[in-house]
Amino acid sequence: MKKNICIIGAGISGMSIAYHLAIQGVKDILVIDKGYFTNGATGRCGAGVRQQWQTKMNCLLAKMSMEFFEKANEILDYDDDVELKQEGYLILATTIEEENQFKKNVILQNRLGIPSKVVNRKEALEIVPHLNPDSFLSATFCKTDGHLNPFKMTEAFYKACLRLGVEFHFFEEVKDLEVNDHKVNKVITDKEIYDVSVCINAAGGYASEIGKMADIDIPVFSENHEILATEPVEPMQGPMVMSFSKNIYCQQVPHGAFLIGRSNFNALPSHDMSSSWEFLDEMSQTVCDIMPKIGKLNIVRQWGGSYNMSKDHQPIISKSIELDNFYMACGFSGHGFMLAPMTGLLISELVLGQKPVLNIETLSIKRFLNDKKINIEKSVV
Amino acid sequence: MEKKDIIMCRCEDVTLEDLHKKIDEGYETFEDLKRLLRIGMGPCQANTCGILIQKELAKYLDKKIENVKTHHSRPMIQGISLEKINKEIKK
Ligand SMILES: Cc1cc2nc3c(=O)[nH]c(=O)nc-3n(C[C@H](O)[C@H](O)[C@H](O)COP(=O)(O)OP(=O)(O)OC[C@H]3O[C@@H](n4cnc5c(N)ncnc54)[C@H](O)[C@@H]3O)c2cc1C
Repeated sequence: MKKNICIIGAGISGMSIAYHLAIQGVKDILVIDKGYFTNGATGRCGAGVRQQWQTKMNCLLAKMSMEFFEKANEILDYDDDVELKQEGYLILATTIEEENQFKKNVILQNRLGIPSKVVNRKEALEIVPHLNPDSFLSATFCKTDGHLNPFKMTEAFYKACLRLGVEFHFFEEVKDLEVNDHKVNKVITDKEIYDVSVCINAAGGYASEIGKMADIDIPVFSENHEILATEPVEPMQGPMVMSFSKNIYCQQVPHGAFLIGRSNFNALPSHDMSSSWEFLDEMSQTVCDIMPKIGKLNIVRQWGGSYNMSKDHQPIISKSIELDNFYMACGFSGHGFMLAPMTGLLISELVLGQKPVLNIETLSIKRFLNDKKINIEKSVV
Repeated sequence: MEKKDIIMCRCEDVTLEDLHKKIDEGYETFEDLKRLLRIGMGPCQANTCGILIQKELAKYLDKKIENVKTHHSRPMIQGISLEKINKEIKK
């Protein structure tokens, strides 16, 4: 079967890419996913959206994506609500080094038009009164950061894509790619073989495996990150509270539940998505230290999902070096949800040969050819 | 009884009307519906609604019940506070 554009992966990245291509008039787009709707990291994520980053590129991608999220219901003509909650992110500094770094980050963010600021302990407690004042030194706050409902945001893209004629095949798995003359000619699935003009790898945790099918090396790997949800309670916390040094993010969503997650520094690269008691042990200690009041809440559910990691913790939004019609959007290192609007726009510009709205050389896969060129994003959990 | 008065998921207050609306939009698996309607995400973790919804999916989509999967069940089996876990670790 002939198809113009084939996108592998119907997560938030694949959806946004399909939408941005379709809205520019591109026809005959097929999105293939081996699972159900939001089967990958997108359906497992915390869905926090923040603009407080340490690298310029992440700041810009997040800021421009936020501008999209703010109008997403209207832009995508969504019949429901993506539930954007814009009550900020409060990022705690718990060491002197963090305090110094955060001051520099805020200067960069302000220069790029992001309204973040350094707040002292007293001001932080006014923003989130149930914080333990002894657990941190100061914080930074950006009032326009926030949270979305990941399922509804994805559905908003999905329904807009359907209206624009994009075709979706769920429960169909890409098994192989056929490369000929520096091009991916065929996408081979467990159900069909497609002749394609363009192939886009948005396979999240499986991006590197998809690369291997086309005989190219994409330097990303997957890592299990765990998260839990508590019982829903009355609104008691506006912003996301986050600490890199204490390894936690904690957000009350509009439904009333708290979503609380952290990284496991011992996790080995794998596709494991299981839940562990170690996570609960460590998490309960951190929560009871920073926010004792939240410690009283019952945990209702815990789960894991894949972060697709790159070496510098910044995404790869790029055309392949070796193949003329193969593009990739992966390696989001735990922040692909909040960057998705820009991911879609930028990939669509690359595919259509337009000049990208941002100079995205630093997101090209070429940066890994010379590791000296990489600039590591450290503001991550 | 009208569809809007028949509760399918008591934890999240989801009615038969809500369920049919989403199925009509093309979402046909428990996992899809769970994410969009929150069925099975409440404190009972689908212990109550799981079978009800499985049966309804089979009936509405004219499928054999064996071919309709329920959701992937997750820990916790029973809600427990973060504080209690923390206290146990300290012991
Ligand atoms: C616990 C957790 C918390 C997170 N919190 C946040 C957060 O607060 N904010 C944020 O911005 N990001 C967060 N993230 C990261 C975010 O979820 C991801 O970066 C983002 O969802 C990536 O989207 P994607 O579309 O690129 O990949 P995915 O959503 O993983 O989609 C990839 C899709 O590709 C499909 N696929 C894979 N292989 C094949 C194949 N061979 N054939 C067909 N289909 C295939 C999969 O089924 C999947 O649906 C979090 C992630 C986790 C796990």
